[in-house]
Amino acid sequence: MIRPIFLALAFLPGTLSSQTPNGDEILKRVDENMFSRTRIVTSRMVIHGPREMRTVESKSWQRGTNESYTEFLAPARERGIKMLKLKDMLWEYSPSTDRIIMISGHLLRQSVMGSDLSYEDMMDDPHLPHLYAATVVRRDTAAGRECWVLDLTAKTEDIAYDHRRLWVDEARDVVLKENLYAKSGRLLKTVDVREVRRIQNRWMATSVLYKDVLKEGEGTEFYLDTITLDVPIPDYLLSKAALRR
Amino acid sequence: MLTLTLALRNLLHAGLRTWLNVVALSFSFVAIIFLQGFYDGLNEQVERATVAALYGGGQYWHSSYDPYDPLTLDDAHGVIPAPLDSLIAHRQATPILIRPATIYPQGRFRSVLLKGIDPDQTVLSIPSALLKDRSHGIPAIIGSRMAHSTGLQKGDMVTVQWRDVHGTFDARDVVIAEVFRSTVQDIDNEQIWIPLDELRRFTRTPDEATIVVLGQRVAPPGSVGGWDFRDLSFLLRDLHTLVRMKSVGASILYLLLLFLAMLAIFDTQVLSIWRRRKEMGTLMALGMTRGGVIRLFTTEGALHSILAALVAAMYGIPLMAFVANTGFALPNAADTMGFAIGEKLFPVYSPSLVVGTTVLVCLVTTIVSFLPTRRIAHLKPTDALRGKLS
Repeated sequence: MIRPIFLALAFLPGTLSSQTPNGDEILKRVDENMFSRTRIVTSRMVIHGPREMRTVESKSWQRGTNESYTEFLAPARERGIKMLKLKDMLWEYSPSTDRIIMISGHLLRQSVMGSDLSYEDMMDDPHLPHLYAATVVRRDTAAGRECWVLDLTAKTEDIAYDHRRLWVDEARDVVLKENLYAKSGRLLKTVDVREVRRIQNRWMATSVLYKDVLKEGEGTEFYLDTITLDVPIPDYLLSKAALRR
Repeated sequence: MLTLTLALRNLLHAGLRTWLNVVALSFSFVAIIFLQGFYDGLNEQVERATVAALYGGGQYWHSSYDPYDPLTLDDAHGVIPAPLDSLIAHRQATPILIRPATIYPQGRFRSVLLKGIDPDQTVLSIPSALLKDRSHGIPAIIGSRMAHSTGLQKGDMVTVQWRDVHGTFDARDVVIAEVFRSTVQDIDNEQIWIPLDELRRFTRTPDEATIVVLGQRVAPPGSVGGWDFRDLSFLLRDLHTLVRMKSVGASILYLLLLFLAMLAIFDTQVLSIWRRRKEMGTLMALGMTRGGVIRLFTTEGALHSILAALVAAMYGIPLMAFVANTGFALPNAADTMGFAIGEKLFPVYSPSLVVGTTVLVCLVTTIVSFLPTRRIAHLKPTDALRGKLS
């Protein structure tokens, strides 16, 4: 009776490893599925505050991962606020003061419009294969789908999150869940994908819940309403001059 | 001497009119010295507390550090240079590392300054020795204002999140080892103190600091590359400016009091000259020169201030001595004024303040007394004897 169990235990790791794809390969496929040359996105952010719930609508023009221009459309208080990201610089234009301010240092730690996302989160390089070494730790289910669970360890020191855990849909190469950890191993933020849609031959997360777990609250919901991929974006939109336009 | 005797006799004979002027003028004396002593005490008290708790004998700042620009904090740290390291080794200076961080008390987030200080330091009055006990985790101390605004108490655990020198997030729980009371808000508001070695380890800044505080009466070792020395005149400049500004504001009150007293003296002089025309004519007829008459009337006016000084001393000295010993109890709102005042304020009445104020009031009174007497210069003794002013 002991022998079959022993044999099964002895062979199990080898059997799993022969079926499990390489973590870096999965990450690369996720990256390829996620990124396009350009994209124009309209989205909603539902922010659950301690007393009220707000919905912030915006439209973004993105070129690669380093250049983006965002204009807030609603509510009235935030309408007309524009943000421009060029490489590692971020500017914000506020129509009420008619001023452009550079967001840096302390300000990067502030939350965007009171959400669970900080400006720093917006500035991080989203190309995970550049930054992390991935290993598959197990299989699991997330949002009712079979997933590979990937542990990501930072390759370099100058990176925001030292460690991440990703749940990647096995069939669609899209991240369904993500945990972001501090250097000490403390869980800082969670990302839960609630809906995935097929858009222009890619699987895109269209409803996501971001949660800063250190903070009380229900988190911030993000809805992707429309997206157009690989369309030309004029250069003038990705310049500081566009902020006062 | 004759002029003085005559002036004093005339003044005392004037009775109630003189004493009303003297009492009014004595109020000016007491008010000026009392209020100026209040501001001098404020200046001295705040300066002493701030030097003991924060400034020491001056500070060396990392060249990127600007306390008024939080954007500089990420880069404001560096390895402590040898001359300063030597002072630190001899306990004549203490390093402080400052990093921006976020704390999450009761699930709310709040930007703070995370400050690392050597628990064994004796340079500053911050109770850093409370950070020695690490048996319950990473100890932290906060000021009472910070405790009040965050709802944290001794023994509470709070999560602190920061980025290390490479920008990587880290978060740990710290235990509030003590809530200290300090009159110096600059070591209290929006900041949390933890052991220096822990902060250096977490932020990967070994042997680094943002500022190095020298002990009081420790001579700075001169120019240190990459670090700027800020002496006490620089560090206390804002405080002195603030006190000076408040003092100037209060001087409006002195001027008003002095103006009212001088108005009374001026009126008295004008009235005296009008009513005592025959007396002036008689003095001139007896051989007193016009200058002598002017001197007499001016001396009479000026003597008001001498008598006022004596009267002011009679009730002012006991009053001020009492307040200087017991101090002023300040309302809680005073804690938010931006001064490190504490619960009581002790005024300081320096000899220079008392002598300076007396000389000033006497001088102004003499000038004001002289002004109406200029008419006497044109007075004809014959007209004066007939009761006319020419």
